[in-house]
Amino acid sequence: MIELFAQTETATGFGQFLLLGLVIGSLYALIALGYTMVYGIIELINFAHGDLFMLGSFLALQLAFWIGVSTATDQTTVALAGTVLIMLILTPLFCASLNAAVDRVVYRPLRNSPKLTVIVSAIGVSFVFMNLGLFWKGASPVKFPDLISDQNLFPDSGIRFTWKDVMVVGVTVPTMIALTLFVRFTSMGKAMRATAQNPTAARLMGINSDRVIAVTFAIGGALAGVASVVYGLYVKAVDYQMGFQNGLYAFTAAVLGGVGNIPGAVLGGLIIGVVGELGKAYIGAKWSEAIIFGILILILIFRPSGLLGARTREKV
Amino acid sequence: MNVLRYWVQALFILLAAYPFLPFAEANRGEQFTILFIYSILALGLNVILGYTGLLHLGIAAFFGIGAYTVGILTVPFFPFQQSFLVAALAAMVAASVIGVVTTAPILRLRGDYLALVTLGFGLITLYAIRNLDAITEGTKGLNPIDPGPLPGVSGQDMSAWQRINPDWGRRWYNYPYLYFVTLGVLAIVMILLRNLERSRLGRAWVALREDELAASCMGLNPARLKLAAIAIGAGLAGLAGAFYAMALSTTGNPQAFDFTLSMIMVCCVILGGLGNRAGVLLGVFLLMGFDRILTNILDNMIQENIGVGGANYLKVSGWKLFIFGMVLILMMRFRPEGLLPEKRHQRELHPEFDEAIGEAAAKRETAQQTGHPTRKPAPPS
Repeated sequence: MIELFAQTETATGFGQFLLLGLVIGSLYALIALGYTMVYGIIELINFAHGDLFMLGSFLALQLAFWIGVSTATDQTTVALAGTVLIMLILTPLFCASLNAAVDRVVYRPLRNSPKLTVIVSAIGVSFVFMNLGLFWKGASPVKFPDLISDQNLFPDSGIRFTWKDVMVVGVTVPTMIALTLFVRFTSMGKAMRATAQNPTAARLMGINSDRVIAVTFAIGGALAGVASVVYGLYVKAVDYQMGFQNGLYAFTAAVLGGVGNIPGAVLGGLIIGVVGELGKAYIGAKWSEAIIFGILILILIFRPSGLLGARTREKV
Repeated sequence: MNVLRYWVQALFILLAAYPFLPFAEANRGEQFTILFIYSILALGLNVILGYTGLLHLGIAAFFGIGAYTVGILTVPFFPFQQSFLVAALAAMVAASVIGVVTTAPILRLRGDYLALVTLGFGLITLYAIRNLDAITEGTKGLNPIDPGPLPGVSGQDMSAWQRINPDWGRRWYNYPYLYFVTLGVLAIVMILLRNLERSRLGRAWVALREDELAASCMGLNPARLKLAAIAIGAGLAGLAGAFYAMALSTTGNPQAFDFTLSMIMVCCVILGGLGNRAGVLLGVFLLMGFDRILTNILDNMIQENIGVGGANYLKVSGWKLFIFGMVLILMMRFRPEGLLPEKRHQRELHPEFDEAIGEAAAKRETAQQTGHPTRKPAPPS
């Protein structure tokens, strides 16, 4: 986040912070979607989701090392684009299978347990992931290779909008559209909506709820994987504790939009991003976290269903 | 079996004797003092999480509030200069009041949302402590905390006691004086909580935990009961924080009161057994003992005997989060009621026990009806 803050100092004006907030917010939205889908179906606050995101960014970093783009100095555009593409394919695959595997091993045996039991084991999974991240890349922040140019696309307008911002928007928006289409038009999407609405009735209609839940975890994990690659490329530094805070921001976004609601998660993510950046700019960077969690508490007190929660009864 | 029944009492006697044993080390004793303090904190969380069933993920905030109340009331930087007794009472009251005031608006939230709000509250408290440099000195912490134990007693020179054992500290909050004080306070808290468990309030909490709707239909007021649990739990956490600041003689880095501490306390309570005082004590001694004492010993042993080091996975302390996480996952999967379960909790989580008892009773009845009086009634398992 330090890198981000350095960027804001060079830029000026409200519009710049708004833009930055929207870009960061679309990242939070991507993570928030994973929370909201899982919560919509099995009512579990998946505390491990943020740490899954962290492991994803570590994998992307590892891929960059293996391919060798981080060490060589001048790379062709094709090599860079190819690396980013490989990251964007392999990291979501890894996160999806890891998330589905955790669901199979840890959460599925607890399907009929009290909610507290499942939440506590999710916290346990989060600790284990964090420790694995610590073993993988160590305790101090690691630099992520700078694969995408920082060149400003509109040098004369006074607003800084770089290729990086284009990349974030260009990856997150199509992903969200694809997700919406998937949930709305495929039979698996229909099964997910049905399970979210009424698990028992869905099961009676012949829906294999365990499979639906596994697919939900896989999709949520894949979204976290995409987000982790984009985050790494954008912020250029990753560390093993970043999952906790980014995960909490994303969950705040999900709650803000109405947990279990896909457009709500996107809206919430954008709002959190903008509020965070404006808070940093006008109130002070050290208070921006407190502001975001303050919003979380106020939303939960005054409108627990979230901004869009009441409008639709469907949870996915 | 009878020996095991009194293991808590035996443990307290052993711990009270520890500083007089020939192999006692001041260093180890100070670590034990910290364990006693965390035990008080965990017992406070147990009132909220174990008795009443509210998943509170911000208990460390009350611990921090307690520590900083003592800091503000005693350091030379501020004009208050109170003795420790006054400051500790103020810490309890402050934590209690803040707990009640911040929890009152969120009582109607369901379990997991409540968990989230308390987590947010814990983080905001931590950020506030860290950012209000003018009051809390930011990451440096308030120091030196050096008050007398009682109003009017300076208590800083314990040289009379040092004649008994030259290793003993010069101030009342050095080892072993604070060791005895915290051990005594822990014992008093255990006894008070035992009485509380059996009181009207304690039984009402359990009723609320088991079934809130049924409890409110029987005339219990859930909001008031939950607030009472928060008040008592937060008060104990504030007291623990007060002793923590005293043991360190500084409030230290506010990072010590972050989410990880809250989570480790939840781990301790769950590992030991929700709602069971002795279990909570066991949980703290196992997990915090591992975290604070055993990992250091093992790391040093590895360092001396094998001589490797550096990489995180070669140190026991590097595995800390992994071990905590696995403890949580495995406990939830195989023994969600904890190592030393409270009976009611165990029945709730294992309905098959009650079913087995019911089946045995039914068999007995059929046996009597069909006229086999010679058959022994099945013993209730």
